[in-house]
Amino acid sequence: MTLIRKPLSRRSILRSGAAGGLVLATPTIFTSRAWSAGYLNEPTGDTVTFGFNVPQTGAYADEGADELRAYQLAVKHLNGEGDGGMLSTFSSKALGGNGINGKKVAFVTGDTQTKSDAARASAKRMIEKDGAVMITGGSSSGVAIAVQSLCQEAGVIFMAGLTHSNDTTGKDKRANGFRHFFNTEMTGAALAPVLKNVMGADRRAYHLTADYTWGWSQEESIKKYTEQLGWETVAAVRTPLGAGDFSQYITPVLNSGADVLVLNHYGKDMVNSLTQAVQFGLRDKMVNGKQFEIVVPLYSELMAQGAGENVKGILGSSNWDWKLSDAGTQAFTKSFGQEYGFPPSQAAHTCYVQTLLYADACQRAGTFMPSEVGKALEGFEFDGLGNGPTLYRAADHQCFKDVLVVKGKENPSSQYDLLEVVEVTPRAQVEYPAELLGGELGSYNNGV
Amino acid sequence: MDVFLLQLLNGLDKGGAYALIALGLTLIFGTLGVVNFAHGALFMLGAFCAVSFNKLITLQKIIIDPTKTTAWGTPLEVRTPYAEAMFGDFGQWLVNYSVPVSIVLAIPVMLIIGFVMERGLIKHFYNRPHADQILVTFGLAIVLQEVIKTLFGANPIPQSAPDAVRGAADIGAMLGFQAGAIVYPWWRMVYLLFSAAIIAGVFAFLQFTTFGMVVRAGMADRETVGLLGINIERRFTIVFAIAAVVAGLAGVMYTPILPPDYHIGMEFLVLSFVVVVVGGMGSLPGAVAAGFLLGILQSFASMNEVKDVLPGIDQIIIYLVAVVILLVRPRGLMGRRGVMEN
Repeated sequence: MTLIRKPLSRRSILRSGAAGGLVLATPTIFTSRAWSAGYLNEPTGDTVTFGFNVPQTGAYADEGADELRAYQLAVKHLNGEGDGGMLSTFSSKALGGNGINGKKVAFVTGDTQTKSDAARASAKRMIEKDGAVMITGGSSSGVAIAVQSLCQEAGVIFMAGLTHSNDTTGKDKRANGFRHFFNTEMTGAALAPVLKNVMGADRRAYHLTADYTWGWSQEESIKKYTEQLGWETVAAVRTPLGAGDFSQYITPVLNSGADVLVLNHYGKDMVNSLTQAVQFGLRDKMVNGKQFEIVVPLYSELMAQGAGENVKGILGSSNWDWKLSDAGTQAFTKSFGQEYGFPPSQAAHTCYVQTLLYADACQRAGTFMPSEVGKALEGFEFDGLGNGPTLYRAADHQCFKDVLVVKGKENPSSQYDLLEVVEVTPRAQVEYPAELLGGELGSYNNGV
Repeated sequence: MDVFLLQLLNGLDKGGAYALIALGLTLIFGTLGVVNFAHGALFMLGAFCAVSFNKLITLQKIIIDPTKTTAWGTPLEVRTPYAEAMFGDFGQWLVNYSVPVSIVLAIPVMLIIGFVMERGLIKHFYNRPHADQILVTFGLAIVLQEVIKTLFGANPIPQSAPDAVRGAADIGAMLGFQAGAIVYPWWRMVYLLFSAAIIAGVFAFLQFTTFGMVVRAGMADRETVGLLGINIERRFTIVFAIAAVVAGLAGVMYTPILPPDYHIGMEFLVLSFVVVVVGGMGSLPGAVAAGFLLGILQSFASMNEVKDVLPGIDQIIIYLVAVVILLVRPRGLMGRRGVMEN
């Protein structure tokens, strides 16, 4: 007997491949929640899951820990535990402290390690495996932009944590992404007039800038606003992120003819560069007949603790401060302080507020569907969350509110009382047209 | 000229730190043949000896004042440092000089750490390939980092130089230049002198003591020294502990320059390995010379005049020089024949 084998044709290979693919995909299709739901990760039980993506290891681990504390406190308040915090002062009364849309809030956490790839991997895991309907967090603009982009592709809302670069709600903005924290454009607009009042209009500035998206954005904004006021920029030198020893970048400042050093550094870089600039005697120096000054455009309490007494008298900007006297700030500070034994940082504040704002938007929309939640946030005017009347602008998903100009305190009363508020810059002064920073929001993605 | 001198001084200072770490690395490699990637962690542990000492002497007595409350409504804690309360002026002096005084704590602590590390872990990897040694020491470095992070947090912890050497010296005025033209922090100059003293001390110890002579002989030919009935292993354990002390002291004195955190050692480790390779594996004078050379080059490469012509050169200069030197002199500047060549 002879077996006659049919030769393999291109068509049969294609047919077998398609059939095989269908067989392999079948279990996924029928078990995927995306198939049956109106949007990705639609909660079907009695809980809804949030994904808190913060740096739990790496250089910003302490900041991440504070963010996580704030998120956990927000979840407690949303579920009706504790004293309710800012829920009692929030102008919107949609939330009743009994969860959101009848569901209790649960959460999962991820470690960004302050690395874009690690942050995206942990966000992906929380979306795909843990069923998170919203991702929030971050302590770096590079990370925030990367995770925001992932959330847009996946189809969940991203509520940005501490990210200050213009790009987050500028050229890299996405429909599914929202930011409560201020940005470098607002820092420039708020800080420059104070710098002029304190230091005068005839100044020569030398910038040391962290060589990544936030540093470039900060340098550009400060240059723009100070030059408009009459300052001259002598040089703008890029420094590698995490340089450690900045002495080789500081020594050229000494004989550059500059009388102001602007440190566009954040976190550990800021602690190191400021400490070393002070050690090199820059603050005791007289140049061009004027006292040499140092400016740190973006402050954080944890950075101030790291730099110690070197921050005394140095100007910068901040999104919020626990010593503000409004009812929202006092309620949050009391709640956080009683829970953890110390006051919250601005990173903790913005994360707490973002969680409440998202929950409120879901409650008002009556759903967790990203497009509906997004629409509820767009153009939303609110008060009572610590920054005065605030607008979530529809055009770029950026919050507009008062900005604080702060200064390192000369005589701090405790390790938490290192910064004093010099001026509360009104919202109108820091507003700018949405098209100024470029980018396109695009359309919402519900993940189906 | 003043800019040149300023960068030279800066380079020497940087080089001092590189040389100190590279010296310890070379000592360990030259004697034990171990590529120790945990050496940066020893630098970090030294820095945290200074932090611990400072924390110890600034320990505060906490009294709850029920009549006052914090902003968040809990009773206010009134804190008084024990050292000042118990020792008065001496307590204040101790707090002021905590960094240099912490050397007294760091020496025995680093000796013990070095001894335990070598006996407990490193000795089991003497005859293993270099890849195994790198993996195990790198893993150890990560473990030590995480332990420190758990104990002290991730944020840098600032340490102050004593009041007497805080601020900057007007070297320009001393050398006849315009006042304020060359200003350099006092503590960095102290660090440079300290590095020079430690380096000189290690060389003198190896050169002028019987112990040092045996160690040098062991570095040259371990087998023959062993055949002479000398317990070279015990001496090498001591050398490892000495290298740990050198790295630790470098870390202690660096704390006022760079507020230490758990990652500080890693920042120096990679550069120090480049220094060792450029200097020549196993060559102590090579490590020191390369440390200073690369520190100075890095400093000059950061000048705006240089960066205008070659943007970004400051970030690659060390590696560029390493490549060129290894192409021209494959054993490094002062490398010995046969080291890392099998």
